Amino acid sequence: MSEKKPERREFLFTASYAVGAVGVGAVVWPLIDQMNPDASVKALASTEVDVSSVQPGKTITVLWRGKPVFIKRRTSEEIAEAKAVKMEDLKDPEKDEDRAKNPEWLVMVGVCTHLGCVPLNDKGDYNGWFCPCHGSHYDTSGRIRKGPAPTNMEVPKYEFVNSNTIKIG
Amino acid sequence: MSDHEYVPKSKFGKWFNDRLPLLTLASHLTDYPTPKNLNYWWTFGGILTFCLITQIVTGLTLAMHYIAHADLAFESVEHIMRDVNYGWLIRYIHANGSSMFFLAVYIHIFRSLFYGSYKSPREIIWIIGIIIYLLMMAAAFMGYVLPWGQMSFWGATVITSLFSAIPFIGEGIVNWLWGGYSVDNPTLTRFFTLHYLLPFLILGLVVLHIWALHIPGNNNPVGIDVKKPSKDTVPFHPYIVIKDVFALLMFMIVFAFFIFYSPNILGHADNYIEANPMVTPVHIVPEWYLLPFYAILRSVPDKLMGVIAMLSAILILAALPWLDTSKIRSAVFRPLYKQFYWILVVDVLILGYVGAMPAEGLYLLIARVATAYYFIHFLIILPVLGFKEKTIPLPLSITEPVLGDAPIASAVKKKESLN
Repeated sequence: MSEKKPERREFLFTASYAVGAVGVGAVVWPLIDQMNPDASVKALASTEVDVSSVQPGKTITVLWRGKPVFIKRRTSEEIAEAKAVKMEDLKDPEKDEDRAKNPEWLVMVGVCTHLGCVPLNDKGDYNGWFCPCHGSHYDTSGRIRKGPAPTNMEVPKYEFVNSNTIKIG
Repeated sequence: MSDHEYVPKSKFGKWFNDRLPLLTLASHLTDYPTPKNLNYWWTFGGILTFCLITQIVTGLTLAMHYIAHADLAFESVEHIMRDVNYGWLIRYIHANGSSMFFLAVYIHIFRSLFYGSYKSPREIIWIIGIIIYLLMMAAAFMGYVLPWGQMSFWGATVITSLFSAIPFIGEGIVNWLWGGYSVDNPTLTRFFTLHYLLPFLILGLVVLHIWALHIPGNNNPVGIDVKKPSKDTVPFHPYIVIKDVFALLMFMIVFAFFIFYSPNILGHADNYIEANPMVTPVHIVPEWYLLPFYAILRSVPDKLMGVIAMLSAILILAALPWLDTSKIRSAVFRPLYKQFYWILVVDVLILGYVGAMPAEGLYLLIARVATAYYFIHFLIILPVLGFKEKTIPLPLSITEPVLGDAPIASAVKKKESLN
């Protein structure tokens, strides 16, 4: 046998394995991707909420994409408390102005950023929310202050359609 | 494997066995030489096989009545409990069966830890066992989600959210697992599918576990190598079989007590409330058998590090054959290891206890100390102990400590006629 032949064979093996791998990948991807959120789940991406009946200091909870969203009409004390917090005291520094465009209304996904439980209103060491699962404390702006959660509660994309209606998503 | 070639007696048996040697396999399993000093801690392998078969049989029958849909699952479980003939019995066997399964597997694991069964040449048996244990936890977790009660829903949320701790891709992975933006119907249907699949994967691994066991043969309470077959061994059947059956009957009494007298004591009352994505139960706890790892998760104040600590606590077991540097298997001959072993048992029990308590104040402090000790045991104490410990001299054989150096001639003769 000459020196050339095995090289040629090796090339054919490598080429066959490569084509085979691409083929397997093309078949496996649909099997993996079918588990991702489907079209019907994605279609429910926005919700409109009437907030005219919410009294100052009260919170309503609405369902958006299967998750609770807190809509809180904050009192002036709560707004003042949120604004007075120094940035260096925060684990995930974020200004209250950036979280609540209209300071009276705080809209955020009511899911603890630790492991996904729903925090309780008006509880905890910072007068905001307290997660009963693993003890995370959030302030009146929904920012993490104490406990295992890594980040502030998420503010979703939302807008005021008119003065009484908020569109989330 | 047995030393002698098996030849079936009947002509048909020989014809069949030449084509598929099932009879040779049966003969191997029957005659399999087993150390004659195995104690009752060695009966849990058989008990675990019984548990697996029980879960598969009751699971199959429950699946004939259960409906995997977010709107119907909770009701269908109540339908099983109230309307289906013996549905209450089958479901209580299945639900308590998982607890019994874990009870047996923990005894089985701690047996191995005490007698050093994970050491050379049995590392692969041990690692397959750890994989089985991981799959058991996955199967149990997904099974607990299926009744779609409050604990099902929020347990599923918390455990799947563990993956969100992975940097950058975590959230994408969680949405992929959920099939949406929260735990919902797509999550339930895939969990049902996987819950149905996993026991059969476990069954396959159990076959490999036993196969790997039959290469070196059983470890034993003395922990020394045994010549097989010899006066130190007895055939598996009937000697070990009858002992296993007796232990199994004792185990079934405990099992039956839970099924008939306190079928819900190991569950959680909140799971009789239908899943509600708007309200988290005040106190979320996993099933008792996951509590030590849950305590480790909660004792670390950082999310990613907490998840890593919890996974490490399980995966560290796979490295145990190399972390334990001592050549002596059985704790009987390791006076210091024996003490550390019992401290570890207490440590794990403490972790289990604080895992069920709220993560605050003194409980959190205890959880942190116990978590630290758990890792110190495996990463520092075991490697160092192998070099420092003064062990007790091993006997030459299983028979020697009982009969002295010169075995009774008649006893030896009897044994040899068996071989």
